[in-house]
Amino acid sequence: MKFLRNYIDKIKPNFEEGGKLHAFRSLFDGFETFLFVPNDTAKSGVNIHDAIDSKRIMSLVVIALMPAMLVGMYNIGLQNAIAAGTVETTTWFSMFLYGLLVMLPKIAVSYIVGLGIEFTVAQWKNEEIHEGFLVSGILIPMIVPVGCPLWILALATAFAVIFAKEVFGGTGMNIVNVALIARAFIFFAYPSVISGDTVWVATESICGLGATVDGYTCATALQHVANGVAPVGAAGAELGVCDMLFGFMPGSIGETSVVAIALGAILLLWTGVASWKTMLSVFVGGVVMLFVFGDKLPESIPFWHHLLLGGFCFGAVFMATDPVTSARTEVGKYIYGFGIGAMTILIRVLNPGYPEGMMLAILLMNVTAPFIDYCVVQSNVNARAKRLTKKN
Amino acid sequence: MHRVVKISKGLNINLKGAPVAEMTSVEAAKLYALMPADFTRVTPKVVVKPEDAVKAGDPLFVDKANPEMQFVSPVSGKVVAVNRGERRRVLSVVVESDGKFESVEYKAKDVLSLSSDEVKADLLKAGLFAFMRQRPYDVIANPSDTPRAIYVSAFDSKPLAVNFEIALKGNEEDFQTGLDALSRIAPVHLGICACQKSTALLVAKNVTTTIFKGPHPAGNVGVQINKTAPVNKGEIVWTIGAEEVIFIGRLFNKGKVDFTRTVALAGSEVKNPSYSKVVLGAQISTLVEGRLEDKNELRIIDGNVLTGKKTAADGFLGAFSTEITVIPEILNDADILGWAAPRFGMYSTSRSYFSWLFPKRKYTIDARIKGGERHMIMSNEYDKVFPMDIYPEYLIKAIITGNIDKMEQLGIYEVAPEDFALCEFVDSSKLELQRIVREGLDKLRAEMC
Repeated sequence: MKFLRNYIDKIKPNFEEGGKLHAFRSLFDGFETFLFVPNDTAKSGVNIHDAIDSKRIMSLVVIALMPAMLVGMYNIGLQNAIAAGTVETTTWFSMFLYGLLVMLPKIAVSYIVGLGIEFTVAQWKNEEIHEGFLVSGILIPMIVPVGCPLWILALATAFAVIFAKEVFGGTGMNIVNVALIARAFIFFAYPSVISGDTVWVATESICGLGATVDGYTCATALQHVANGVAPVGAAGAELGVCDMLFGFMPGSIGETSVVAIALGAILLLWTGVASWKTMLSVFVGGVVMLFVFGDKLPESIPFWHHLLLGGFCFGAVFMATDPVTSARTEVGKYIYGFGIGAMTILIRVLNPGYPEGMMLAILLMNVTAPFIDYCVVQSNVNARAKRLTKKN
Repeated sequence: MHRVVKISKGLNINLKGAPVAEMTSVEAAKLYALMPADFTRVTPKVVVKPEDAVKAGDPLFVDKANPEMQFVSPVSGKVVAVNRGERRRVLSVVVESDGKFESVEYKAKDVLSLSSDEVKADLLKAGLFAFMRQRPYDVIANPSDTPRAIYVSAFDSKPLAVNFEIALKGNEEDFQTGLDALSRIAPVHLGICACQKSTALLVAKNVTTTIFKGPHPAGNVGVQINKTAPVNKGEIVWTIGAEEVIFIGRLFNKGKVDFTRTVALAGSEVKNPSYSKVVLGAQISTLVEGRLEDKNELRIIDGNVLTGKKTAADGFLGAFSTEITVIPEILNDADILGWAAPRFGMYSTSRSYFSWLFPKRKYTIDARIKGGERHMIMSNEYDKVFPMDIYPEYLIKAIITGNIDKMEQLGIYEVAPEDFALCEFVDSSKLELQRIVREGLDKLRAEMC
């Protein structure tokens, strides 16, 4: 690797102050630190540092998202085949390949738009590029329906990165989850591409893969439940627990497979990147609320299916646990998580206009998290003040 | 029986090159220096010129604001240089030893018959008061204050730290006299480790002894104060190093200023890490000569890996330093795809590395920061290694935003930069926490004093 290191060291002066490529400093910097761990040594404070850095943490989250992403791709192909009635004749691999082809442009658009803005801001503020968008950039295509047009995705990504993150000061300073703001943007600005019954199944053939199906409609399971009927899959057959666990049903791309999400959750919890306190509390909050609303729940599904359907698991594992926008105190995490789970069910049950409650619940608790933390920290402050008055 | 305090939060970093309990004799250094920067927030006024003859105990500089506070020569000889940096700031006053180690003569005294003021006056005259620090602000103490208590931590829990019992051997009597002297000023709290067996520590008189169990930072005096009686706003607590207590004892027992320390040379790049008798302020070169590996570019640290300052072989042992640590500066200058590679040899508290599989393994850690500085992203990183009843993350944020009220409310009076050293080590956002805390303390002090 020496030659690569030497080559980078050789071209580096061009990107520094006064160099002819200085306008691309943030880009160069981003790639250099992506390739090699920076060789800066400690100047003040501790002389040694832990090997962990935010690049590794963010990459871990991306890795944890991979199972859900891969199953999501397969599911795109599977749903298309079900809609076209060609399940018997399509191999799993061509279903997956079709899903991959559908997904790639979405991922590319999200990364190009988001990272483009990030690099520009980093260049403008003369800062290092921050890694936060590596995660947001993959989350955004995973939480939209397959039928969401690319231009809307681009617009939503740009809106989220600029107004939910950069105006607050970049990664680590944002108050609400960037990926969810992108989804909320689509939800309120272009409701027709994120709800209804025409966007959840891919109906266009790409490069000879998949089938073109005209006038096909299928709503998500939760929409069926909200309408008071039992959830059915793309072919009109009732959804079983197996479908819900493995994610073979219409829905946002990454959210359907509980098993794949659980694999990601194991990695996040094992490495300590996500807090088990938050994750557990979301489920506890959800279950408690389901009992509270026991008699008001739609009777078309058993109550616990709510935890498997929609974005509940995906939100609990990947969105609620975002360390920046979640509560930061340990006690606060319990309250914050509980609030998300409870609020999700509350929205699902009491508001027929929103069959899915996870996104709004998390956004709402994101905004509440600083207040929760304030209360927790304030108890420490009060204890300290009490100690002082006791002494006097 | 002594009270036992158990500390669960913290971290012992297993580094290669811990000093073995052996004494290595080294040649006495020729040059000795006193660096005003070691005496936090003292503005020095130099009272000697080059070529002046001095004895151990003669002042080299005094505190401009409080001239009775003297900073004295550790050896006898002649002043050879007063080194200044930017804006004529005094960097060091260098003394060339005449090899005789003669001290200014004082009267040996029975400390228990002295009053608080008499003890303070004697310590000031001999330049020993300069080693007294205070909380809040972690600065050199003001002799006109009346502290609530004086805290002495008799063990250092930092990685590769010295074992105080080795320094104590043969100095037990002086240590007790030093504690007696301090107890004339204020109640003395002695913090010892559950592993320490020396009777001089276990049955120390005129002190309240507390036994601390647990990982680093159990040995930090700040943690010990927080766990026994936290500093409230308006209170002052003094702290002093255990070896400095021996210096005080020597003054009263022998009537001499004797700054001989037991200094450890430690670290992965040292051939035979062990202890040596060295006088405070000695040039490091004699201590390290011929004892360092030459495979890597080296970082010589005056003090510990967590709190020490980078220096060089021609640098000097700091006034408060009990060890010199030598680690590699950069182990691998082409560390490719660090975010994805398994990096088996690396130490990390994160399970995304594999060091959790080898809890017994000793690591060589270089001085690289290993990442770029970011805003605070992960939560609960600091709390895991910060045993005080304080929210470190929120305190740091209050300091960064310059919010004095918040700093006070969140407990800044109880902390010193060294208390945040472990947080800085584990921080994935690579923030310079010790510098931030130092700046916060300075800002608060400027407002309050």
